[in-house]
Amino acid sequence: MNKNFFINYFQFNSSSILISWENSIENDIIFDVLSFKNAINNNIKQILEVRNAYSSLLVTYKYSIDNIYSEIKTLKQVYLNKIKINLVERKTWRIPVCYDKFFSKDLDNISTSLNLSRNQIIKLHHENKYMVCFLGFLPGFLYLSNLNKKLYFPRKSVPDLSVAKGSVGIGGSQTGVYPSDSPGGWNIIGNSPVNFINTSTDEISFAQPGDLIKFYPITLEEHQVILKESNKFKFEWEAIND
Amino acid sequence: MNGRQSMIEILKPGLFSTIQDKGRVGLQSYGIPHSGSMDSFSSDLGNKILGNNVENAVMEITMIGPVLEFKTSSIICITGADLSPFINNVNVLMNTSLVVKKNDVLSFGRLIDGLRSYIAISGGFKTEKAYNSRSMCKNVTKAVRLNKNDILKFDKSVTLSDSELLVKNIKSFGNVLSVYKGPEFFMLNSYQQNYIMSHEFSISNSYNRMAVQLKDLIVNELVSIITSPVIPGTVQLTPNGTLIILMRDCQTTGGYPRILQLEEKSINSVSQLKKNSKLNFKLKI
Repeated sequence: MNKNFFINYFQFNSSSILISWENSIENDIIFDVLSFKNAINNNIKQILEVRNAYSSLLVTYKYSIDNIYSEIKTLKQVYLNKIKINLVERKTWRIPVCYDKFFSKDLDNISTSLNLSRNQIIKLHHENKYMVCFLGFLPGFLYLSNLNKKLYFPRKSVPDLSVAKGSVGIGGSQTGVYPSDSPGGWNIIGNSPVNFINTSTDEISFAQPGDLIKFYPITLEEHQVILKESNKFKFEWEAIND
Repeated sequence: MNGRQSMIEILKPGLFSTIQDKGRVGLQSYGIPHSGSMDSFSSDLGNKILGNNVENAVMEITMIGPVLEFKTSSIICITGADLSPFINNVNVLMNTSLVVKKNDVLSFGRLIDGLRSYIAISGGFKTEKAYNSRSMCKNVTKAVRLNKNDILKFDKSVTLSDSELLVKNIKSFGNVLSVYKGPEFFMLNSYQQNYIMSHEFSISNSYNRMAVQLKDLIVNELVSIITSPVIPGTVQLTPNGTLIILMRDCQTTGGYPRILQLEEKSINSVSQLKKNSKLNFKLKI
């Protein structure tokens, strides 16, 4: 089924064009955005980078744009001929998370406010598969969708000055992992011992937009073992079959 | 020592000194900031005067300059803000090549104008690279700024030629910022649009490599947008009515309406403005 979207093209600066869908977070839109992104990467030369967010694409050219109308015309043609993203080729990454009291400093607060036990929250958090929509905020930070509505919980009104690397948090309708120490306003419910950003150039991040993330609970002891050799952690994935 | 590896010792780091080059283009999809020299015009100028490649790494210094001791002779060029440079306590010229000898000390005095100055060196600084760039940036490079007693290496294999080129009156400075309409400019009402385009704004005490925040508030009822791409030079409007100009180390995505986009040369101009500096926006189209 092919849904028709209204798409807006806008010159953002001398060398980039912003393509926007309606201002909404929906799977249909994200898949359309990712399909268009693939098509641009495969069909247009002189592209420095195409990056996406929930409902937009930023196309950055290697050079200044000479004729904006002709570039937009080319993009529109690529959109019409694009192939829908192959959802089966995506990966589900298995990521360990320790929900031990040692890390989950805001879990009791969420538990009281939402009237759910600690174990219920932990179960609801790791039983869902999350989709990587894009990376942003910090190097290696994954914007994930599909948090269980029962776990929606507002951000802190005053952000913490320092949230530890690996912290797993809930902020509003979102969940995610802090890839480095950072100020932040999300409520922390656990910690992942793996590196979300790699300093070697060949594979900066294990995950691509469109991939899924499945968290699995580990004990504090297991967390310490993985953390000690986090550089050697082997990311495991499964093919998507649902 | 084979004589090729040359060194500088940092006796004092100054207020905030970093190594910068052209930054990390094309990696923003990983959430990696663009980085690179805040005032790319001045940074390029120094490299060009020395006959370097513009990709060569330079030292960016801010407001209060460092004290550097050369362990090897070389040729340098100082561009950008005038921080009263001295070699061995003798005032030296900017925007021209300067010969420095072994044990010479480069220091700085009073800030005359601008905010950021650049020290280019023949062959460029050879500090650690991350993702093919030497630009120091938090969460990306191990070192995020230069510290006392750091030893900086540079490559002396290039032939030293004193080009005698002196560039006069070349400045990236200016208080009128030329801008394009941002993607959410149309969401502003005509009163807000006119106000932003005619008001003289001033810079608050929050201005760094990530962002420059303006003082004057705008009556604003715009809600946040869903997280979307931003780039250096994007001007965001926060719910409380503050304008924020994103700079070279900015995040790659943001949730505030993007109401203006600075032209590249205006990003350079903002890099040279400090607290209480006045500025105006001027629409390009």
